Amino acid sequence: MAHILLRHRDVENIKKLDVYRDNGGYEGLKKALGMSTAEVTDIVKASGLRGRGGAGFPTGLKWTFIPKGSQEVYVVINSDESEMGTFKDRELLEQNPHQVIEGALIAAYAVGAKRVYNYMRGEFMDAGYAFEEAIQECYAAGLLGENILGSNFSCDMAPYYGAGAYICGEETALLNSLMGELGQPWSKPPFPAVEGLYHKPTVVNNTETLANVPAIITNGADWYKSMGTEKSTGPKIVCLSGHINKPGNYEIIMGMTYRELVYGEQYGGGIPGDKKFKAMLPTGGSGPVVKEDALEAPITYEGLEKYGSTMGSASVVIMDETTDMVWMAMKCVHFFKHESCGKCTPCREGTYWMDQLLHKIYHGQGTEEDLRVLRSVAGQIGGRTLCALGDFAINPVLSTFKHFPEEYEAKVRGNKAVNGVVGSKQSIVNSEQ
Amino acid sequence: MTFSEKYAAEIEGVLARFPHKKSAVLPLMHLAQHHHGYMSGEAMREVAAILDLDPTHILSLTGFYSLYYEEPVGKYVLEICNDLACALRGADQFVEMACNKLGVEVEETTADGLFTIKTVMCLAACDRAPMLQCNLKFEEHLDEAKFDQLLTRLRAEAAVGPAPTVVEKITAYAKDSKQLAVNSEQ
Repeated sequence: MAHILLRHRDVENIKKLDVYRDNGGYEGLKKALGMSTAEVTDIVKASGLRGRGGAGFPTGLKWTFIPKGSQEVYVVINSDESEMGTFKDRELLEQNPHQVIEGALIAAYAVGAKRVYNYMRGEFMDAGYAFEEAIQECYAAGLLGENILGSNFSCDMAPYYGAGAYICGEETALLNSLMGELGQPWSKPPFPAVEGLYHKPTVVNNTETLANVPAIITNGADWYKSMGTEKSTGPKIVCLSGHINKPGNYEIIMGMTYRELVYGEQYGGGIPGDKKFKAMLPTGGSGPVVKEDALEAPITYEGLEKYGSTMGSASVVIMDETTDMVWMAMKCVHFFKHESCGKCTPCREGTYWMDQLLHKIYHGQGTEEDLRVLRSVAGQIGGRTLCALGDFAINPVLSTFKHFPEEYEAKVRGNKAVNGVVGSKQSIVNSEQ
Repeated sequence: MTFSEKYAAEIEGVLARFPHKKSAVLPLMHLAQHHHGYMSGEAMREVAAILDLDPTHILSLTGFYSLYYEEPVGKYVLEICNDLACALRGADQFVEMACNKLGVEVEETTADGLFTIKTVMCLAACDRAPMLQCNLKFEEHLDEAKFDQLLTRLRAEAAVGPAPTVVEKITAYAKDSKQLAVNSEQ
């Protein structure tokens, strides 16, 4: 089947404007400019498109939150892609940038924005260069700037680079960062749709979300809804990594099972060395880990609910039977400790202590008491922070306790408390970061 | 020539992209770091002066964002991802091999000032692990032999002069892209 998002895999050099246009590029924008802004938003709403960054909020609905008659409105593309295991937006920016630009322009037209910023993580300067070239091509061809395609719609676009901070994927932290501040979330309300960039109404959409928009306008909501399930319509890029024969991005139609993704010959192709499947992180470090039974679940926003997890951004990390689950939790928590922005005490202090405790336990120096404290600390972070990072950070801990308690117990068995000293070289190194 | 003189056109290009100049702080810090090698006190004061900001604000941003270096680094900063997804494909062993080969620990710079090794969080290349970024350029599908080749290439490059970095490429673009300037009516 032809790709809808990863079109560069079917059409060579589609990152070039002339190739993109020869293959139907900017037809969606042209069609949108012939409609009222309300009609454009209605089509996106009717398509059922939901945010592809992880939260799954309905995209068209988000656009309607911009107050009518706002004079200064911004659209910001969220290309901060930093979730562990996620590498889909980078491929789009590098290989199919015009589709992202076209989607952002349609969004800008729908909400009345005259300026779009693409906030890319600083580590994407290499990928961003391709995106900047695409912007240049658009200006030269009258697709950006004044009176786009001869219409009354004028819009500018500029790239922006962060500087290494996972938290900037959270939209209010992203906007603070774009305004030259520390990338820390603010307490909502105000929501960005009312008070965002420079305190003006702002739509923040994920890169992949916007890449869906041109085809929705060109082919209509019914076409889009014919793919996927009732609540999870359309294609989704799944990032597959870890212990898998063929890691990479796969564009699937939502509703396919995780088992097909992992074992299907045209997808992951199974686990190297025919080792047994042990566990899967369906959305990088931020969602709860699941066991083999969850492979029967469909890849949809709701598919993993009964297994206690979520599709999120669909960054699927596979682990075989040799993987130590305490080590896995330690790696994930270390990530969140490093990335906690420091604003909320439960997250800042809690991720630090979880990191310390997990290192101690993993290195065979933990006790039963440490397991109790670890659970207790996790319990005191959840639900007590401004943004979701705190909740994400406890998922790898609580879900490994739930599914693999014996691995924790094996590590502390027979150990006696030694005044709570965290002794290993590794944990001292990590505590200094 | 001072930083603001040398990069006058680039700075102007970056400033033109935003209705409020404080937004230019991260891009200008990237450029200042490129110029000075790290976020030295001088680099912080220069950026602060261009944007009428207090230098302590630049200091706090330097501490907050991972890509700004508070200490001098080598000519080539090798940032190796050893996050979970990469670690499942041997990234921890790769870090150890790289450190042994260069005779340094993580966060240290080789005696010749060429290489600094850092370990970093996910770089969005999990399917191509082990991997690293060298001065923000992706180097993927690595193993010991490819790492050796990379070092050989970088040493040869260093012998003939400074290698163009990604930061330089991006900001050179800012200079030439005046059409990205904010519309006067907005």
